[in-house]
Amino acid sequence: MVPLPYYLVLSGILFACGVTGFLIKRNIITIFMSIELMLNGVNLSFVAFAAHWHALSGQVFVFFVMVVAAAEAAVGLAIIIAVYRTRETLNVDQVNLLKL
Amino acid sequence: MTSSLNLWVIPLLPLAGAAINGFMGRRSSRRAVTTVALVFCGAAFAMALYVAARFSSVSLPYQEVLTTWIRAGNFSVDFAFYLDQLSLVMLLVVTGVGFLIHIYSVGYMWDDPGYYRFFSYLNLFMFFMLTLVLANSYLMMFIGWEGVGLASYLLIGFWFIRDSAAAAGKKAFIVNRIGDFGFLIALFLLIKHFGSLTFSNVFPQIAQLGPETGSAGLLTAIGILLMVGAAGKSAQIPLYVWLPDAMEGPTPVSALIHAATMVTAGVYMVARSHVIFERAPSALTVVAIIGVLTALFAATIGVAQTDIKKVLAYSTVSQLGYMFLACGVAAFSAGIFHLMTHAFFKGLLFLAAGSVIHALGGEQDMRRMGGLRTKIPWTFWTMTAATFAIAGIPPLAGFFSKDEILWRAYQASWAYWLIGLFTAFLTSFYMFRLWFLTFFGKYRGDLDAAHGNEPPAVAAHSQDAHASAGHSHGHSGIHESPRVMLIPLALLAVLSIVGGWVGVPGSLGGSNRFDKFLGPVFHATAPRVNPEHSATGEAAPPEQQTEGPEPQTNRSTELIFTGISVVAALLGLGLAYLLYYKRPDLPERIAASLGTFYNAVVQKYYVDELYAVLFVKPLVNGSTRILWRGIDQGVIDNAVNESADGARHVSDNARHMQSGNVRSYAGWIALGSAVVIAYMLWMGAR
Repeated sequence: MVPLPYYLVLSGILFACGVTGFLIKRNIITIFMSIELMLNGVNLSFVAFAAHWHALSGQVFVFFVMVVAAAEAAVGLAIIIAVYRTRETLNVDQVNLLKL
Repeated sequence: MTSSLNLWVIPLLPLAGAAINGFMGRRSSRRAVTTVALVFCGAAFAMALYVAARFSSVSLPYQEVLTTWIRAGNFSVDFAFYLDQLSLVMLLVVTGVGFLIHIYSVGYMWDDPGYYRFFSYLNLFMFFMLTLVLANSYLMMFIGWEGVGLASYLLIGFWFIRDSAAAAGKKAFIVNRIGDFGFLIALFLLIKHFGSLTFSNVFPQIAQLGPETGSAGLLTAIGILLMVGAAGKSAQIPLYVWLPDAMEGPTPVSALIHAATMVTAGVYMVARSHVIFERAPSALTVVAIIGVLTALFAATIGVAQTDIKKVLAYSTVSQLGYMFLACGVAAFSAGIFHLMTHAFFKGLLFLAAGSVIHALGGEQDMRRMGGLRTKIPWTFWTMTAATFAIAGIPPLAGFFSKDEILWRAYQASWAYWLIGLFTAFLTSFYMFRLWFLTFFGKYRGDLDAAHGNEPPAVAAHSQDAHASAGHSHGHSGIHESPRVMLIPLALLAVLSIVGGWVGVPGSLGGSNRFDKFLGPVFHATAPRVNPEHSATGEAAPPEQQTEGPEPQTNRSTELIFTGISVVAALLGLGLAYLLYYKRPDLPERIAASLGTFYNAVVQKYYVDELYAVLFVKPLVNGSTRILWRGIDQGVIDNAVNESADGARHVSDNARHMQSGNVRSYAGWIALGSAVVIAYMLWMGAR
């Protein structure tokens, strides 16, 4: 059995990768994927804790997160397509009509 | 108190007039303004006459409480009016002379664009003056006191477009504030020690105290502080400097406020507080010395003035000094007597001088007058009456009152009498100098060379005299004033002649009814005099004057003294006749031989300059450097500016966080949560 800290460290690394990708990438799809990566990093720690404490609530939470992430992916991809159709770019820095 | 006199109506009538003219005068015709001003002022005079007629039917002192004004603990002040013989005399003088001057002003101010404003202020002044006179407490008196100061300020600066008038108004106001400071402290002392400011409450308490024998005590302090207030209002040393400058105002104002009524408020206040002064010999001495010195000092300055109104102004200061001298030797009724006769003849002198100025189209310099006797005969004859009255020639008003004061001063100390006598001589001299210069000799108005042979200092001084010709009457040629101005002159002339006959002293076969009339006010409360005190003379509270007619031995002495003062007056007349009629070349030679002393007198002993160096400059410099640049700009403004600057710098930096760049926001969120997690980990590790 792999001990709990390993999972947690991996979860932290995944989350940090997600944050880093979110902060430095300009492509909106990559940013979107970074968000998914952060969510899944968190999911990993949830299931790890659930297994460690033999409690189901962690896994239930993960299901919720996956459902929300799926819904979010549907809405987010729709927005991305709409943005691409109007702006003809996926670079977030060029989606700046609301800026002063 | 079965019947009510409705005293409260008297001050309110002029106030109503002031309000109507003040608010609506701009849009009304001159005729309407005149009607309002004269009707309300005349009604006040009529009310005063009615009160005088009913006077014997009320129990004195008569009081009328309208409502409570202030109540704090045991201390309370009412809106209330007070009438006794003293108030009645003042009431009649103020409303009577005031009404005559109102009539005169109609003619004098007719061409002025500020006509309605003038009458509004004048009525306002009447309101405050009557409040002052009829007050039943020191605080009510203080309302009137400050109010007349305000009216005086407004009227001195009536032609405020002229810088000198605006400055004179400010000077009068500020110098008066110094005096009022003393008055206020005296009131605080009264509240602290007697718990009240109402006359009928304070005076009985004080009357139970004996005279203060030591050099200083509570009553002495109160008395001296009251005198400081009186010195401010009544232009005594050291606060007299504002009155000559106040001549910048229109001449009727000089007559009403700065000769007849307001400036005598200080004398009235001291007389009203006689209970305090009688028990504070040192304070009385201070009053007498200030009075006699002011009388002498101002008279000497008056001798060398060339502006007709300035001469009269210094004469007023000098005559006020006489009144204070009378109060200072505890001869309060003599002081009030002189106040009354002075109101007549000095009011008349100013009005007649105004008539002269009017006739000459604004000329105030006596060196450019002369020979006006036949050209303006009415003015000449009324002015003659007033001049003889103030000079103390019997049997005119000034003779009786001044003689009374000198006699009572002699009873206190021969030094007072001697200075007073010399001042009487000077008074006669400068008044007849004015008289001769104005009405006799040749008309010098068309001679510009008149300035050529004057000492340079005088020529420089005369500049402001010329500038005072504020209202120009376009027409040239000397002309008598309209009838509306002459009638008040004539009435005042009659009063100046007969006004003294109410107080003919016993030594001249009269019975001094005036003194008897005021007797109940002043004598009832006089402290019992211990013999060794009256022997010391100088500072002694009233001697035996409370008891009946004076002894026979005194009578002949008094007659001799009367003779001496008449001789002094005639000497002044003779000298003026010699110098300004017979030998008009002499004054210049005398002036030249006196050199620096003469210049000092012409420059009013450089008192204004001295005050400028001693008080005004340090105050201005201190205010500029410390209060303005140091505290206001340095501390207060700096604190505000620096805190604003600081806030701007901080927000300038904080602004950069709000970049609108979503990724940087996300970065901040990540950083923030990292910090929070690190903190929690660190706390958990402990």
